[in-house]
Amino acid sequence: MVAFAGWSLPVQFPAGTLAEHRQARKAAALFDVSHMAQLSLHGHTAPADLERLVPGDIKNLPQGRQRYTAFLNEAGGIIDDLMVAHHPGRLVLVVNAARAADDIAHLRTNGFAPEYHEDRALLALQGPAAAAIMGRLAPEATRLPFLGVTICAVAGIADCWISRSGYTGEDGFEISVPAADAESLAGKILAEPEAAPAGLAARDTLRLEAGLCLYGQDIDMLTSPVEAGLGWTIPLRRREALDFPGAAVIHDHLTHGPTRLRIGLRPEGRTLARAGTDIAGPDDTLAGTITSGTFSPSLGAPIAMGYVRRDLAAEGTPLSLLVRGQRLAAHQTKLPFVPHRFAAK
Amino acid sequence: MAETRYTKDHEWVRLEDDGTLTIGITDHAQEALGDIVFIELPAVDRDVVEGETVATVESTKAASDVFAPLGGRIAEINENIVDDPGLINRDPTGEGWFWRMEPNDDDIFETLLDEEAYEAFLETL
Repeated sequence: MVAFAGWSLPVQFPAGTLAEHRQARKAAALFDVSHMAQLSLHGHTAPADLERLVPGDIKNLPQGRQRYTAFLNEAGGIIDDLMVAHHPGRLVLVVNAARAADDIAHLRTNGFAPEYHEDRALLALQGPAAAAIMGRLAPEATRLPFLGVTICAVAGIADCWISRSGYTGEDGFEISVPAADAESLAGKILAEPEAAPAGLAARDTLRLEAGLCLYGQDIDMLTSPVEAGLGWTIPLRRREALDFPGAAVIHDHLTHGPTRLRIGLRPEGRTLARAGTDIAGPDDTLAGTITSGTFSPSLGAPIAMGYVRRDLAAEGTPLSLLVRGQRLAAHQTKLPFVPHRFAAK
Repeated sequence: MAETRYTKDHEWVRLEDDGTLTIGITDHAQEALGDIVFIELPAVDRDVVEGETVATVESTKAASDVFAPLGGRIAEINENIVDDPGLINRDPTGEGWFWRMEPNDDDIFETLLDEEAYEAFLETL
């Protein structure tokens, strides 16, 4: 167990990180992600109103759908990244635990009255067998497309808010459940033959293989979504209107390119390049920094993400990593490292 | 039966018949580290001083240094754990050994923790 943002979280279960990782890739793994804060914004104007704080298309987000976006500051930096789900009469936001207090303050400052669902837990069931398990516990949920959301009972437990989403690159479901019923629901899911529990360490190796950003490491207040390769979250309508915080910076990044870009790296050999590792360019000058690095259980090799000068961010440009005084060659690769296998849209 | 001693850094040190010492990490250490995915070992013939970092272990959780429990010369390294770091998790005190060394001073071994003292130390953690 480890302390994180006021929560006590399981790093791993007795099976160990590698086994838990493979469980999510081959069958189904259950994660307790209740530390993520769940916030409701009530009222029918919430979707249009939220666009004042984020650059995504929320106004046209249909009921029953969810979307990834980010709160931006006036410099175009990311205050937090979040999922926004459109339920009847309200939006449900899922934000990072370590950012929750700041997010709530930010929303209030901007005239919102977020309802913080401290009385709800959040479980993530991830993997190719997740749909088969949900087919037995909540058949309605298996009809959800990728990023679809609904409210229904799961294993007889009423009022579960379900989304077909996750943080592993696999098909899966995130289930918001009244906290009082969370242990019972986890037990019922884990009683299914394909399911096993997984901890934070496996969640990290899975999301990194999937090329997904971790707030505080890969993105932060000083990172713009364009630098982070998240420009796809900003639709044309918003790019033209430029009606969100930091729009001038984002416009500049979209038009002229940012000074640095997020890339994927495969170090040669087995040495791991952790966050903070310096990246050197072909001329041996400092080119950037690793922001996440781990061992990829699926590839059996180290993988990393980081930022480099834009002129060096191209597949084939040779880069090297400086680890414990040694220079390691590294190849730039497309993200994700392991192909996504989401449900159909 | 060869005698084994321990350090507070969770290393075991086994005195072999020829006077060399075999060194690895304890079961407690491998369990605390979690799945080990990378190991960097010292060069053979390297002279090391007590407390010097001579190996690096990376698990899915973090990187950790492994120290020389005493001064001496690295006589042999276990290449098998480089190819298969999981050996350290599966058999930390057997096939998962790290390196063998010739101590500078034969008497230092006796000053390391015996099994009872190491077990008592673990109780305090």
